[in-house]
Amino acid sequence: MGKLNMVKALNLALLQEMERDEDVLVIGEDVGVDGGVFRVTEDLHRKFGSKRVIDSPLAEAAIVGTAVGMALYGLKPVCEIQFSGFAFQGFHQLENHAARYRQRSQGRFHCQMVVRMPYGGGVRALEHHSESEEQFYAHIPGIKMVIPSGPRNARALLVSAIRDPDPVVFFEAKALYHAAREDVPDEIEALPIGRAHVDRQGGDLTLVAYGAMLRVAREAAQILHDEDGVESEVIDLLTISPLDRETLAASVNKTGRAVIVHEALRSFGPGAEIAASIMEGAFLSLEAPIRRVAAYDVPFVGFAREKANVPDVGRVVAAARETLAF
Amino acid sequence: MAQGPLATSGVDTGLARHLLSQMMLIRRFEEKAAENYALGKIGGFLHLYIGQEAVAVGAASVLRPDDYAISHYREHGHCLAKGSDPRRVMAELFGRRDGLSHGKGGSMHLFDKSTNFLGGHAIVGAHLPLAAGVAFGIKYEGRDRVIVCYFGEGAVPQGEFHESMNLAALWRLPVIYICENNRYAMGTPVERALAEPNIWRFAQTYGIPGEAVDGMDVLAVREVVGRAVARARRDREPTLVEARTYRFRGHSMRDPAGAIYRTRDEVEREKLRDPIVLFRQRCLTEGTLTEADVKAIEKDVNDLVDEAVAFADASAEPPLEWLLTDIYKEA
Ligand SMILES: Cc1ncc(C[n+]2csc(CCOP(=O)(O)OP(=O)(O)O)c2C)c(N)n1
Repeated sequence: MGKLNMVKALNLALLQEMERDEDVLVIGEDVGVDGGVFRVTEDLHRKFGSKRVIDSPLAEAAIVGTAVGMALYGLKPVCEIQFSGFAFQGFHQLENHAARYRQRSQGRFHCQMVVRMPYGGGVRALEHHSESEEQFYAHIPGIKMVIPSGPRNARALLVSAIRDPDPVVFFEAKALYHAAREDVPDEIEALPIGRAHVDRQGGDLTLVAYGAMLRVAREAAQILHDEDGVESEVIDLLTISPLDRETLAASVNKTGRAVIVHEALRSFGPGAEIAASIMEGAFLSLEAPIRRVAAYDVPFVGFAREKANVPDVGRVVAAARETLAF
Repeated sequence: MAQGPLATSGVDTGLARHLLSQMMLIRRFEEKAAENYALGKIGGFLHLYIGQEAVAVGAASVLRPDDYAISHYREHGHCLAKGSDPRRVMAELFGRRDGLSHGKGGSMHLFDKSTNFLGGHAIVGAHLPLAAGVAFGIKYEGRDRVIVCYFGEGAVPQGEFHESMNLAALWRLPVIYICENNRYAMGTPVERALAEPNIWRFAQTYGIPGEAVDGMDVLAVREVVGRAVARARRDREPTLVEARTYRFRGHSMRDPAGAIYRTRDEVEREKLRDPIVLFRQRCLTEGTLTEADVKAIEKDVNDLVDEAVAFADASAEPPLEWLLTDIYKEA
């Protein structure tokens, strides 16, 4: 058991899975000798060498596309894209190949692969280095979209992602990389993909969040408790797709109110699907319209104004109070 | 590998029969596919391989069953040459449950695990990195298999062509990229699409072997691809082959004559270099095959294709429940 930040926890997952299964390999720009932009792959090159920790040229379509080929052959590649904003040149390979081989070949070929990428704001960076694009991936049948919220679940979910027989897009919140340390057990731990976690129990209001927004939701819940005497249930989605609709419905059937928090753009964002799912599963329990606190429908603004764009505690508390007052 | 491209010497009767019957099978298959498309039995545009048979057959003839092949959407010939059952290929074109992809893929998406045929791909240029990845896997496991990757010259301006050439060369991957230059990407002639229309020369940029070959000459293709395969197996050296060929039909069935962007004269002139006629003639002239052999081959392939059509016709449509299956691994 060690106290690890998210970078170290992810590194541990990669290390242990590579030790356990020699078909697992890591590929990306500067993941090898250099240890990765955020150092998630640090030391792996020293341990496993260039055969399994592959510094690729700067070519995202080639990184993801060759990983699809590796997976078709039976290897289990874990790609790193330096920032999620750089992924779109490889997007096609995910959407058109990784996601579809199983269906097109009726299960005779499939792509066991992970594409990891840092996402989200809060690190004073510009557009492509701060965006949240999970909705693009969550929209694709055949892809699983996972976003952990802390070191321990990041490690356990990455283990599951690597072992998952389907392609997994794995978003890592940059704002969380060094934010906190948690106890992470030495022995390998895996968390099921597709299952949300009830992070805080409450009967008055459901707050749905994931990734870096979990902290925001937690703080908002605490303020609502302290100042308003309101008990919020906080749901940490962990997997965006496939969505854990049962947990969402069960919570809102209890609370009757929901606020969804995400960094992705508001319109056609994950919140829209989450809200629709809650409507389907808890319509008769709803006592107020479901609210979304999200980034505004604009390209990510530079660091000077990013605090106004990324949802913060104040906005979440305000939305919660409106919902409660409805 | 010593025979010159225009002679059949060194080719025994068995091989000659194999090459001719494979080309004739593909030709007949495509003609029947066209007929059935006209009858409304086939959907999905249908891109015929007629005229280009020598490329798939010459290349596949130097592969082992455990080698891999991957292709674009004009792939019926590549799939058949790799050894797929014509009945199941035809059933796929018909969208029937016994098709190679259970009727859910269609003409452009044939996959066959039993022959290591990794599919037809409809997005031009996008499958080239996949071939590099498979070749990486082969090398990773230390095997002596290879993969051939077929594509049209329309893919060459795409970034993925260059990304893949670079990776294959950089990592020394056992992949043979075979560009079938049939001179037109739909209606765009190669001269209007590429600053360097001699496609094999892109290999020089990446420091790998590159060769142009007469894609109407099955033995020449066999020789050039044979050398490339040997290099890939032995030295893990990738190759870019430019097979110069011509499609006798339109781009798809929507463009039946293909006569807006090229002249009828040009098409007729190219048909004089029909790869099947050329090879058959050579075999007869040199005595490798007799008229009776050729007649027997013709009858065999006609029977096979008739059987394929009957099989496809008799196969049911995919059950409605299959609409939602095989998206994720089922628990
Ligand atoms: C990325 C992409 N752009 C456009 C198309 C439409 N399209 C289909 S085939 C084709 C021409 C491709 O020509 P070529 O690669 O030379 O192959 P050929 O048809 O000659 O066999 C085009 C433009 C497509 N399928 N994919």
